[in-house]
Amino acid sequence: MTTAGPSRPVLSLRQATLRLGGRELWSGLDLDVEPGTFVTVLGPNGSGKSSLLKVVLGLRELTAGSASVAGRAVRRGDRRVGYVPQHSGFDADTPVRGRDLVQLGVDGHRWGLPSWGRSSVVQDRLRQVGADHLADVRLGRMSGGEQQRVRIAQALATDPDVLLCDEPLLSLDPRHQARVVDLLDRRRRDHGTAVVFVTHEINPVLGATDLVLYLMDGRFVLGTPDEVLRSEVLSSLYGTRVEVVRRRDRVAVLADEAVGF
Amino acid sequence: MDLAFSDFVDFSNYDRLVPLVQNSLYAGALLGLLGGLVGVFVIARDLPFAVHGVSEMSFAGAAAALLLGGSVVAGSFAGSVVAAALIAALGARARERNSVIGVLMPFGLGLGILFLALHEGRSANKFGLLTGQIVAVDSARLNLMIVTTLAVVAVLAVIWRPLMFASVDPEVAAARGVPVGLLHWVFMILLGCTVAVAVQAVGALLVLALLCTPTAAAIRLTTSPVLLPLLSALFALTAMLGGTFLALGTAIPISPYVTTLSFLIYLVARVVGRPDRRREVAPSGGGAVGIGAA
Repeated sequence: MTTAGPSRPVLSLRQATLRLGGRELWSGLDLDVEPGTFVTVLGPNGSGKSSLLKVVLGLRELTAGSASVAGRAVRRGDRRVGYVPQHSGFDADTPVRGRDLVQLGVDGHRWGLPSWGRSSVVQDRLRQVGADHLADVRLGRMSGGEQQRVRIAQALATDPDVLLCDEPLLSLDPRHQARVVDLLDRRRRDHGTAVVFVTHEINPVLGATDLVLYLMDGRFVLGTPDEVLRSEVLSSLYGTRVEVVRRRDRVAVLADEAVGF
Repeated sequence: MDLAFSDFVDFSNYDRLVPLVQNSLYAGALLGLLGGLVGVFVIARDLPFAVHGVSEMSFAGAAAALLLGGSVVAGSFAGSVVAAALIAALGARARERNSVIGVLMPFGLGLGILFLALHEGRSANKFGLLTGQIVAVDSARLNLMIVTTLAVVAVLAVIWRPLMFASVDPEVAAARGVPVGLLHWVFMILLGCTVAVAVQAVGALLVLALLCTPTAAAIRLTTSPVLLPLLSALFALTAMLGGTFLALGTAIPISPYVTTLSFLIYLVARVVGRPDRRREVAPSGGGAVGIGAA
């Protein structure tokens, strides 16, 4: 999001390089994410999209370069970073309600017994995502879209500066996808929370996206959607002829051979 | 002991009997408490099958100790802690470990039966390790149970919250700084100790009646993370103590009473339980519910 005057980036990568199992996922990555910016990370499976989030979460170390959140080196358990993981359903018997999941986001890392009282933070976060009515419902009894909203409430528990989302739209139908995207879009506009959104499918987030980071076979392109989602840019990234068709608010990437987006 | 019980098939001598089995009652109470609390994580971490595997290795360990002339209790502890560590090494995901547990389990049971067959001791021992022998709790064994229970409950009280986080939501827990891998190991060792103690009482085949059924019943009745362990412990305690009291009046061993009580509690909980306002909503129809808000 372009704001008047220079603001301090909440997330910075400097010459970041990640090598996993002898394979270079990306290298020389420079990225500055300003408050309130919506960054969409695209790329085929195994291109290192989720690993990028793991680096920011402090769960994976860069092979070279540096990564910092609000000016400080990334570390595990940073309260300024919220995380919505890849969707994996819950069993019906999982003894956790909506409010409990959010509560775990508040104090789940602290030693000791669960607290008795009802936390106003939990109620507030559930309200923010329109999930008040899910407070007393077990996770296993929620639909996929409801679970994702509660997960976002959990990720907001610490009032983070950066929200990392790993394919949060997976297995949701278009209507619920739109709701989740709208929620994130509003959050970053109202609170200036930067969003880093990993996805296979750009269309649901195209309207919200400020920056696209396209990862591919150790290379990457970074820019606004208009700069990146162009035939010549993606053709050179993929090393094969790729055609980008944009029609109103939709975009399609067509290739002569299967390139795997 | 068996002979003494067949003399008391009616409940008229209770006041004389109860002091004789005082140790057993204390042991039952400890086990109920322990089983009910540990069971919460057995369910949350999807470990019932692992519990069964650990208890049969515990049986093998105890049988080996019996054969070699060592302490049955020590053998049972060694067997279950080794099994728990093996299962811990397989990882936290149920799918990855279940087949290996399925492979280990009959091997452990087979070994145990072999050791018992080679051992020329009293047959009561053979039967006891598989199906329970709580009436034979001596002071030394009771002390061990007290120490184990206190230790396990104390550790659980410290790690409860992050362990629950790591159990139901491992990715986010790791991201928030919870030592997920360490907690996985710590809990498996706690589980090993718990199973070793439980095997002494209800026997290897019936450990799940203490470590799974009470929590499964409690889950049908409450959604509160605070009430769940309390209710689960209460149910396990009821089954253990009730089973001990009932066993006093007859010649039947304690374990069928414990398992039956435990099962009855579960049945009742299933029938009356409505822990979630959404019970009526079929899983397939869940998607359309409550979306209109905000």
